[in-house]
Amino acid sequence: MLKQVEGSHAVAEAVALCRPEVICAYPISPQTHIVEALGERVKSGTLADCEFINVESEFAAMSVAIGASAAGARAYTATASQGLLFMAEAVFNASGLGLPIVMTVANRAIGAPINIWNDHTDAMSQRDCGWIQLFAENNQEALDLHFQAFRLGEELSLPVMVCMDGFILTHAYERVDVPTQQQVDAYLPRYEPRQVLDPAEPVSIGAMVGPEAFMEVRYLAHAKQMQALELIPAYAEEFRRVFGRDTGGLMHSYRTEDADTVVVALGSVLGTVKDTVDEMREAGARIGVVGITCFRPWPLAAVQAALAGARRVVVLEKSLAVGIGGIVSTNVRTALAARAVPVYTVIAGLGGRAITRDSLRRAFGQAMEDRLEPLSFLDLDHALVERALARERQVRRSGPLAESILRDLGVVAARAG
Amino acid sequence: MFQIRIHGRGGQGVVTAAEMLSLAAFREGRHAQAFPSFGSERTGAPVVAYCRIDEREIRLREPVLRPDALVIQDPTLLHQVDVFSGLVPDGYVLINTTRSFDALGVGEFLKGFRAEHLCTVPATDLALKHIGRPVPNAALLGGFAALSGRISLESVQAAIRDKFSGKVASGNVAAAAEAYEHVKRESHAEAG
Repeated sequence: MLKQVEGSHAVAEAVALCRPEVICAYPISPQTHIVEALGERVKSGTLADCEFINVESEFAAMSVAIGASAAGARAYTATASQGLLFMAEAVFNASGLGLPIVMTVANRAIGAPINIWNDHTDAMSQRDCGWIQLFAENNQEALDLHFQAFRLGEELSLPVMVCMDGFILTHAYERVDVPTQQQVDAYLPRYEPRQVLDPAEPVSIGAMVGPEAFMEVRYLAHAKQMQALELIPAYAEEFRRVFGRDTGGLMHSYRTEDADTVVVALGSVLGTVKDTVDEMREAGARIGVVGITCFRPWPLAAVQAALAGARRVVVLEKSLAVGIGGIVSTNVRTALAARAVPVYTVIAGLGGRAITRDSLRRAFGQAMEDRLEPLSFLDLDHALVERALARERQVRRSGPLAESILRDLGVVAARAG
Repeated sequence: MFQIRIHGRGGQGVVTAAEMLSLAAFREGRHAQAFPSFGSERTGAPVVAYCRIDEREIRLREPVLRPDALVIQDPTLLHQVDVFSGLVPDGYVLINTTRSFDALGVGEFLKGFRAEHLCTVPATDLALKHIGRPVPNAALLGGFAALSGRISLESVQAAIRDKFSGKVASGNVAAAAEAYEHVKRESHAEAG
């Protein structure tokens, strides 16, 4: 059924259609509307046979999800930003134990400085934690990825993170096609756990493993993620057959057939990138896009094939690995290891900075003339940065950086006294 | 694609206005996208929200930089925020005020735009009359329907009923209808 709804509410509806049995969550912007809406559904009884557990922190949220999942329940939670960091220890435990929890991450920047707006730093900080990570391009895909996430996670006995851009998607009203309960039931079978805490057949979950077998357990975690590389396209194809939509999968190519220049990105910025590419195509540029849906496991062979014809690659990413530059681009380079193809890393949209067609066109144009720096920052205010650096050279006690920069911009009042 | 930017202050229902506009467009079978500027969510602080309407899927996620229409819910923003930034030459402007463009100090600037695309409406007064609260968003959407012809009053009223219920819904529906008539009258006077 077509609906015009807020992204968060659409995702809540999708999660409810997946018949979760335990939902535990702690509120944090921009994720809060999702679990609020689910809480209302549990309270009103429209989401039956589900326990909604208010917890005292994100660490508790993931810990409860682990307990619920180990007891054989379909468990769901959602978080963002500092909340994801706060639960990090338990996030590793969930994957290490092989518990198929599904978690929505409403992507948001990480402080300090505190910032509630969107970028991908939170999800990227957990990229090697053993969870499958899927990124939604729009709210329809955010919905659809949740159905696919439960299916995939439970088949493999691995947890899945569905990442959707905070505010840009979670707070956007747009059209979504919400499937019926019958459709979802037909696609998503009941959860049959590989391991379960059952008093009738007692087991313990969470053994201490020493040097004799730790490597093997970790190797199997990797092997399972590699299995996901085959299951994800298969489930996306089955999804397409049932629901008629080509969402999910490992990645999607757009106008790459004869493209010399290929832009790689993930998340909601892909829409703006595609519109920019359409405009540049009209002006004769041979440029295309590869949108990564599955970031973990890294779809090496698929990306390799998608970039086979590219003479240069621009990786547009909403996260910064301080001290090296790009995270996605480091991954993309593994797909180009055998070829001398320039990879331009463009860091964009940090902390909610708008990513505009005008700026993208400029950056892509520079890349096509091979005039772009290997690492660049879209719309960086160089004068502001220079001023801060000059101050540090001139004065020993240059003061707190963020406050000084805001003062330079005139955003905060002059220093008291 | 038709792009609307709504300026107002926290507490005036700016974000809800954009959402209702998207609901109205959706009811007419079109694609629509509404989103706020995600600024500081404080009562009284300047707030911006956007709505895009198109016949096909909307992929663009940048803020509305070159609006086809501006709805200004609070005229005190006119000299505080660059509300007219990027407005297209034949764009629409609807301001919530009881005063004239000249009295607001924007008469000279607006001379460069098409007179029949510009209008004022006393939306706060209408909200007080019909709802008893100074929340002008729904009334302005009624005015916008009349000024631009891009959306019907019936769709706006249905969107209001989607968002609200009971007395709040009926009050806002009435405010939107009166604002619609007001703008029709004003535009007619302008044309005559």
